[in-house]
Amino acid sequence: MSGLFPLSVTGAATRRRGKRLVGPVDFDWDGQGTQVVLGPNGSGKTTLLRLLHGIARLHEGEISWACGTAAARNAQAFVFQRPVMLRRTVGENLAYPLTLRGVARAEARGLAEGWADRVGLAEMIDRPASVLSGGEQQKLAIARALIVEPELVFLDEPSASLDGRATREIEAILSDAVEGGTRVVLATHDMGQARRLASRVVFMLHGRVHETGPAHRFFDAPETAEARAFLKGDIVE
Amino acid sequence: MVDLWQGLSQAFWLVVTLDAELAEIALRSLSVTLTALALGCVIAMPLAALLAVRRFRWRRSVIAVLNALMGLPPVVVGLVVYVMLSRSGPFGVFGLLFTPTAMIIAQMIVIVPLMASIAHQSLRELWAEYHDLLISMNVTQSQKVRTLLWDARRALLTAALAGFGRGIGEVGAIMIVGGNIDHVTRVLTTAIALETGKGEFALALALGFVLIALTILVNLLIHWLGQTEREGRW
Amino acid sequence: MMMRLLVVLGFVLASGAQAADSMRMAVTTSFHNSGLADVLLPEIEADLDLEVQLLVVGTGQALRLGRAGDVDAILVHSRAAEEAFVADGFATHRREIMYNDFVVIGPAADPAGVADASSAAEALSRIAAAEARFVSRGDDSGTHKKEVSLWESAGGVPAAGWYNEVGAGMGAALNTAVGLGGYILSDRASWLNFGNKGDLSLLYAGDPVLFNQYAYLAVNPEVHGHVKAELSAKLEEWLASTRAGELIDSYQLAGETLFVFNAVTKE
Repeated sequence: MSGLFPLSVTGAATRRRGKRLVGPVDFDWDGQGTQVVLGPNGSGKTTLLRLLHGIARLHEGEISWACGTAAARNAQAFVFQRPVMLRRTVGENLAYPLTLRGVARAEARGLAEGWADRVGLAEMIDRPASVLSGGEQQKLAIARALIVEPELVFLDEPSASLDGRATREIEAILSDAVEGGTRVVLATHDMGQARRLASRVVFMLHGRVHETGPAHRFFDAPETAEARAFLKGDIVE
Repeated sequence: MVDLWQGLSQAFWLVVTLDAELAEIALRSLSVTLTALALGCVIAMPLAALLAVRRFRWRRSVIAVLNALMGLPPVVVGLVVYVMLSRSGPFGVFGLLFTPTAMIIAQMIVIVPLMASIAHQSLRELWAEYHDLLISMNVTQSQKVRTLLWDARRALLTAALAGFGRGIGEVGAIMIVGGNIDHVTRVLTTAIALETGKGEFALALALGFVLIALTILVNLLIHWLGQTEREGRW
Repeated sequence: MMMRLLVVLGFVLASGAQAADSMRMAVTTSFHNSGLADVLLPEIEADLDLEVQLLVVGTGQALRLGRAGDVDAILVHSRAAEEAFVADGFATHRREIMYNDFVVIGPAADPAGVADASSAAEALSRIAAAEARFVSRGDDSGTHKKEVSLWESAGGVPAAGWYNEVGAGMGAALNTAVGLGGYILSDRASWLNFGNKGDLSLLYAGDPVLFNQYAYLAVNPEVHGHVKAELSAKLEEWLASTRAGELIDSYQLAGETLFVFNAVTKE
């Protein structure tokens, strides 16, 4: 099911009021493993993910997926930092992306029940999504992203405002998905999470990709002074 | 004050004795306004959704005009529809003037901007909430509209009830295009105007109380229907 | 839901059409207020199997509806306007049917002393001299036109604070007069049928200039091809028949005869 890769990003940039917000960014990805986009707050992680997914405006350069931009988004899913809940029940939230793709109602309900069970929301399936806690909403958002079996899922700081237990539950769900062959691009400023999940790291600073490489090399022997400072926990401006 | 009490007791007796003429007029009021409401919703709600999700050059102007038209004077609507439907007007050949159909058309024109404006307010908020998710899911324009309309249905109900209230209580437009013909186009509001003109304040008030009671009844009914559907859900 | 509404609507529409034929006639508020229509319409339906749908409007609007071809016939009381209507070709002729009369209504105490005036013009002159409040229809209706012509023969239409043009129908104007305790010119039928008389009473009547001639005008099918000329001709003959004459002459309201039948019958 490898229609997306290789991904090639050349000189990609987005601007706001004439100022470059992010970019120019260059990197290639053959689609192996989990990419973690790491960097301090405001370094452009969210914008980079949105650019890759095609929901932020690309002003310069090129982002090219093997299958083309239009088909690419259908093979991807996106989990936002603050989960967007449809004003529906948990089950209907899970079924929604399936019904968009023309899956029959009964079949969609069955899949929704399965996923609700996997993320521990089985008892809540007929409750409105709005009554869920923050962690439960984020789990629901991830399940709703994975239910269509995307080739690649983007996650933008999925555990930024969650406690340790919810964070571990989410990471477990993600590890399962990766084992099942789903590619993951995860933006985070949490070093621990990056170490636990990453097979490759994209380190961002001031809207630019500052350093890329395999996770072990980045964490053990970062090439730049800024990356070293960031890894030590110093404030990097 | 005497008129008020007389009106109340007369209203009571008219209802209790199921006065045939009252029933006919009230039923016509309801059918005209509910038909205008149903057809108006079919236009107003998708229009509101499109204005929320679509970016086109005149969008802001259309919204501003729509908001302004909320206060459209019914008498003017009546006159314009009259001129259009008059035998000497562009749609004269259909012979619609002084029929319930003409009243439905006039009421639709009065209530559509109101309903579309109210609906647009809530749909715009919902769209701001859903925007990123739906774009990410690559939904089509019509899926977008359907999702918004369905998930905002409670707010849309409020918009529809506002339209119903304005329609059923409206007299200026339907008086002109309906003509208040006995047994054909007489409805509660035009009957009230007629009785007031005759100085029959008690009867006019009685009809007025019936109209108010009817409006409250329909509102309660629709709210109750909406409640049972959403029991324990959103 | 939608289907059900349409069905209900269908019933409502159907319930309005019981007679085999129906036609639309615009009549003035004063005629309708007399209650005579409630006597004549069932008889017309019985005799001719014809349902006459009444549009109760001011004379001005009635003539306008006739000119536009939105009604099949009109029954109004404003001779000059009717003759213009015929002259412009919207009707082939006007048929006089009956007359009633206008009366001067005012506060029972009669501060201007119009009750013993010798003519309608003198009654109005006295109101002007006393500067008593006067309510005018001000809506270009037949009654308003009559009032204006009376003022002109009484020395001109007043333009003072005591002269109030309300721009409304007879009933609304009467309501205003009751509220202000003022004088007003009304047709007798509207006054007798009026339910909110307050402390006003009928003060002056009887001057022949106050007679109010009603005429029937069928809209000319050569101008508006869609009008039901055959039906409106049938109705004209019925209204001018001796049978209608008996009904009109014998119609009473509050013990008073209202109308005098004066059509030229062809029978």
